Amino acid sequence: MRATGFWLALAAIIVAALAMTELVANQYYYFAFYVVLQYVVLATAWNILGGYTGYVNFGSAGFFALGAYTAIVAIKLFAAPLPALILAGGVVSGLVGLATGYLTLRLRGTFFAIATLALAVVLQTLVINWDFVGGSRGVYTMRPAVPVLFDSYIKLLFVTMLLLALAAIAASRFIERSWIGRGLAAIRDNEQAAACSGVPTLRLKLFATTLSGFLMGAAGAPFPLYVTYLDPSSAFSLAYAVNSIAMPLIGGTTSWVGPVIGALLLATAQQVVTVTISSAANLLIVGLLLVGFVILAPEGIVGLWRRLARGRRA
Amino acid sequence: MTGAPILEIDALTKRFGGFIALNAVSLAIGEGERVGLIGPNGSGKSTLVNCIAGVLRPESGRIRFAGSDIGDLAPFQRTRAGIARSFQIPQPFASMSVIENLCIPLEYAGAGWKRRHGDIRAAAREILADCGLAAKAEALPASLTQIELRKLELARAVAAHPRLLIADEAMAGLSSAEVEEVLSLLFALSARGITIVMIEHIMHAVMRFSQRIVVLDAGRKIAEGKPDDIVRDPAAERAYLGE
Repeated sequence: MRATGFWLALAAIIVAALAMTELVANQYYYFAFYVVLQYVVLATAWNILGGYTGYVNFGSAGFFALGAYTAIVAIKLFAAPLPALILAGGVVSGLVGLATGYLTLRLRGTFFAIATLALAVVLQTLVINWDFVGGSRGVYTMRPAVPVLFDSYIKLLFVTMLLLALAAIAASRFIERSWIGRGLAAIRDNEQAAACSGVPTLRLKLFATTLSGFLMGAAGAPFPLYVTYLDPSSAFSLAYAVNSIAMPLIGGTTSWVGPVIGALLLATAQQVVTVTISSAANLLIVGLLLVGFVILAPEGIVGLWRRLARGRRA
Repeated sequence: MTGAPILEIDALTKRFGGFIALNAVSLAIGEGERVGLIGPNGSGKSTLVNCIAGVLRPESGRIRFAGSDIGDLAPFQRTRAGIARSFQIPQPFASMSVIENLCIPLEYAGAGWKRRHGDIRAAAREILADCGLAAKAEALPASLTQIELRKLELARAVAAHPRLLIADEAMAGLSSAEVEEVLSLLFALSARGITIVMIEHIMHAVMRFSQRIVVLDAGRKIAEGKPDDIVRDPAAERAYLGE
């Protein structure tokens, strides 16, 4: 029953979004919602590795930018269409994710986090020195002609990112409730005990790093068409790394709902603050909220809600 | 040794840098046997367990289990092959309830692999009842007492459907009444046909439980035999009491 409810909700969201593209003309909303949805994908992807498995990835910006720059290459070489860009960006980032999965053989905790941060720095340095994708100057992309279904390209990007977000949520929810999620939770709790309970730890960790990388790359692939001018400092922005960690932490890391709630709240707040107060203040909000949650609700909004629900029952 | 050997260890050597933790240790354990592994601190008991479980890779020597060489198997594959262990310091899955702790091996190792989730929980309840933890099924490990944590360690190992169970100091730090409780649990598991290797410092418990005792000292096997003979063995006495 709850399963059908979930799928009906997803269908309703898609219908509502399509209706919105017919009814709302103000382009700003699509630009804003696109960013929010992009963070839903990033936070959900981060959580599969960071929340479920317990390996903190500090290099989300690297995976995101890798997807974006893969798209640049695919556009320049093949003039590839949007679905192909997303697939290519996802695959390339997924492969790099797979490689970081092998790092988990030797690196845990803080050391793994530092290694992923280093990976993002290395990737950024490579891109800065690679002229074909614009180097440090950046690169302009031409949006293709507007497709028949929509009257502007940003609406297409908005719907695309929405579908991507829903796909990421569905995948994350499926994993959480399946044997995979239970195995990942065992790894997070105690990797040695997990292995001694028959959990194929390396295989599951490789799955988590690959899927997490894939989703981040897929989220980054449409980015060049969204901004139309891509440069390393915006693609590798620290904001992606910080937000992808902060959103699941604020929402709650042990379930698929947490990162979604965190991303919707935080990204929306950032959009509102950017418009109403200042664009510089939006990371400040993240910092303040994070401090607040660490002190008051270390298990995030989902954990807080569960604690209150339990208290009411008792 | 009774029955055909289920575990054969042949000239196992493990070094940590220049330190030789295990020095050409050979050992055979029969199917269904109860073996006690004793030795002073640092004698290599835990290293031996970790080599059998696959956590550590020995420099040389071979380990055969149920007739096949398991030297190249990862820890999880050894568990699936039928080797389970409990940890010296309890290592529960902290975010999961007691029953969920058991569901992990039931789902991932042994016969539970293809069963439906409901059946797995029923099987977990059965094991919890056997281990005297039925009342704690929904509790979190953090709320358990020391003896309950030890029982959880054993219950989780049993949930992997082992043919060989290695109980690594399952009774350390327990009161004598609690030692009796764990001991009778291990006897019950042995009666079911599970081969058990007990690593223990509590001498009266090992002596009563084991059909055969193996003594390690400084990485070497220095004595092996029936508990009564080991008590009188001069080499074992020297290892424990000095000259």
